[in-house]
Amino acid sequence: MISIQDLTVRFGEVRQQVTAVDGVSLDVAAGESFGLVGESGSGKSTILRAVAGLIDNWTGAISVDGRPVTRRRDRAFYRLVQMVFQDPFGSLHPKHTIDRILSEPLIVHRIADIENRVRAALDQVQLGARFRFRYPHQLSGGQRQRVAIARALILGPRLILLDEPTSALDVSIQAEILNLLSDIRQQSGVTYLLVSHDLGVVAHMCDRFAVMRQGKVVEVATRGDLATGSLSHAYSRQLLLASRGYDRAVIDAFADE
Amino acid sequence: MAMNEPILDVAGLNVRFDTPKGEFHAVKDVSFRMCREKLAIVGESGSGKTQTGRAILGLTQGRVSAERLRFHDIDLLGLDAGGWRGIRGRRISMVMQDPKYSLNPVMSIGDQLVEAGRHGRSPEKARGMALDMLAAVKIRDPLRVFRAWPHELSGGMGQRAMIAMMLMAEPELLIADEPTSALDVTVRLQVLAILDDLVKTRDMGLIFISHDLNLVRTFCDRVLIMYGGRVVEERAARDLQSATHPYTRGLLACAPEIDRPVPRLATLQRDSAWAEVTP
Repeated sequence: MISIQDLTVRFGEVRQQVTAVDGVSLDVAAGESFGLVGESGSGKSTILRAVAGLIDNWTGAISVDGRPVTRRRDRAFYRLVQMVFQDPFGSLHPKHTIDRILSEPLIVHRIADIENRVRAALDQVQLGARFRFRYPHQLSGGQRQRVAIARALILGPRLILLDEPTSALDVSIQAEILNLLSDIRQQSGVTYLLVSHDLGVVAHMCDRFAVMRQGKVVEVATRGDLATGSLSHAYSRQLLLASRGYDRAVIDAFADE
Repeated sequence: MAMNEPILDVAGLNVRFDTPKGEFHAVKDVSFRMCREKLAIVGESGSGKTQTGRAILGLTQGRVSAERLRFHDIDLLGLDAGGWRGIRGRRISMVMQDPKYSLNPVMSIGDQLVEAGRHGRSPEKARGMALDMLAAVKIRDPLRVFRAWPHELSGGMGQRAMIAMMLMAEPELLIADEPTSALDVTVRLQVLAILDDLVKTRDMGLIFISHDLNLVRTFCDRVLIMYGGRVVEERAARDLQSATHPYTRGLLACAPEIDRPVPRLATLQRDSAWAEVTP
C-alpha cells in the first residue's frame, strides 16, 4: 500500500542542520496495520508528515498504492491518504460545527450527497446525529478524536496516517478509540500507519512495527517478537524493559540520551 | 523520628468551586494518613487528584474544608500567610508536570535554584548547594546546567532541574503532580529512580500524583485510587492486581499489555454511584 525508500528529512539552515529522518525505508502491505515506535525526536511523526505532504524538504521516494508521490499532491492523493492528529483540541476548527468540519472535505472534493455522508460518518464513529450541529468545545477529548477519525474516513481513504491518536486521552477512553480503529479496519480493510511512543498501544494495534531512534529505523519486529521478548536491537530491548514499569535495578543499565 | 509516625494527616477533605452553573464538588471527603513513604494518588482527568495535592499546600482556587489537615502537629487549615511561608517550599515542596511552563523562562537555572535556597544561607553557600543538588539529580555537568536557561534544556533535564530546586530547602514532604508524564519512557524511569533514591536517603515523604496505574504499581508503596472526587479504593501497590473496586479493575483491564495481547480491549462501564459520597 505504501512504500518508502531512503527517506531523509533535514530541518534548519545548512550550518545547524538537523537530520530528523535519516535514510528510512519501509514497505506496508494493503490492509496491514504498521507501527512506528520511538521516543520524542526519533523522527516517527516526521515520516507521517512527509507522506501527508505537510513537509516539503524531503528526499528519497514515497509511493502509495503503486504510484509515486510527487511534491505537489493532487486531490486524488488525499482521497487515498488521510491523517488523524494527536491533539483533538488543536486539530478541529473551534468556530466550525461538527457538520461543517465533516462537510468540508466533501465540498473540496466535489462529492455529492453531503447530508447522508456526514450522518453515515458520525454513525461509523458511534457518535450519532445529535452531535452534528455542536461545536468542538462542547465535546469531550474522546468525542473530538472520534470527529477527527470521522473526518479522515469521510473520503473513503485506503491509507490512514495515525499520529499518536490516543496519547492525549485517558486510558479508558484510549481503549474505546483503539477498539473503534480496530473495527474500522476490519470493516473496510483500510491500511494504518500508526505512530506511538507507547509500546503497549503499538503491540495491540500493529502486526509489525519499526523501532526508531535518532531518525533511523533500528529494527522491524512483529507483535510476536514483542510478546516473546525476542527483539534483536539493544535499544528496542531497553524500550521494552522501560515499558514494563519501574524497576530500580534495570535503570542504571540504561544508556543515556 | 520513627518511620511509621504519620507526617500528614488528612480527614474529610473537600474542595468546592463556585461556577456559573452552580457548585462543583471537586474533592469529596478524602481522608488518608501518610508516613515517610511513596504514596500514589491515581485517577483519570477530573478525578480530583491534582486538587487534592494542591489543597494540602493551600494552592487551590477552590473552597477548602476539612475535619483535619495536619502536617506533623501543624494545623494547615489555620495557617496565615506567614505560617504558610514557613511551610511552602521549605517543609513541603511541589513539583509540577511540565518544566516548560513551571520554570521561569527569563531566569537562569542557577539563579532559580539559589533563590529557592536563599533563606538563612549566604549566596555562596546557596550556590554551592545548588551545584550539589544538580549533581544529586544525576546531571553530569552541573556547572553547565547551572548557567543554562530553561529553553536550553531538554524535557528530562528541565524536570531534573526542577526537582533539584524543590530539594534546595530539604523538604520533608514532596508533592509531585505528574512529574514524569511529559517525559520519554527511559528518561521517565531515570527521573523516578532519582526520586526513589531521595526518598530513601533523605527520609522524605512523597505524594506521587499520576494517571498511570501500571507505573505507580511498580514505583509506589501505597495507592489511592480516585474517581469523581472520591477515593474509591486504597491498596498496597504490590496488591493492586487484586483490587476489588470495579473502577480500579476496569482501569487495570483497559490498558493494552505487551505480554498479554488481546484481540479487543476491555472498556470501562462507568457507574454514577462511584462518585457519590457514602454517608
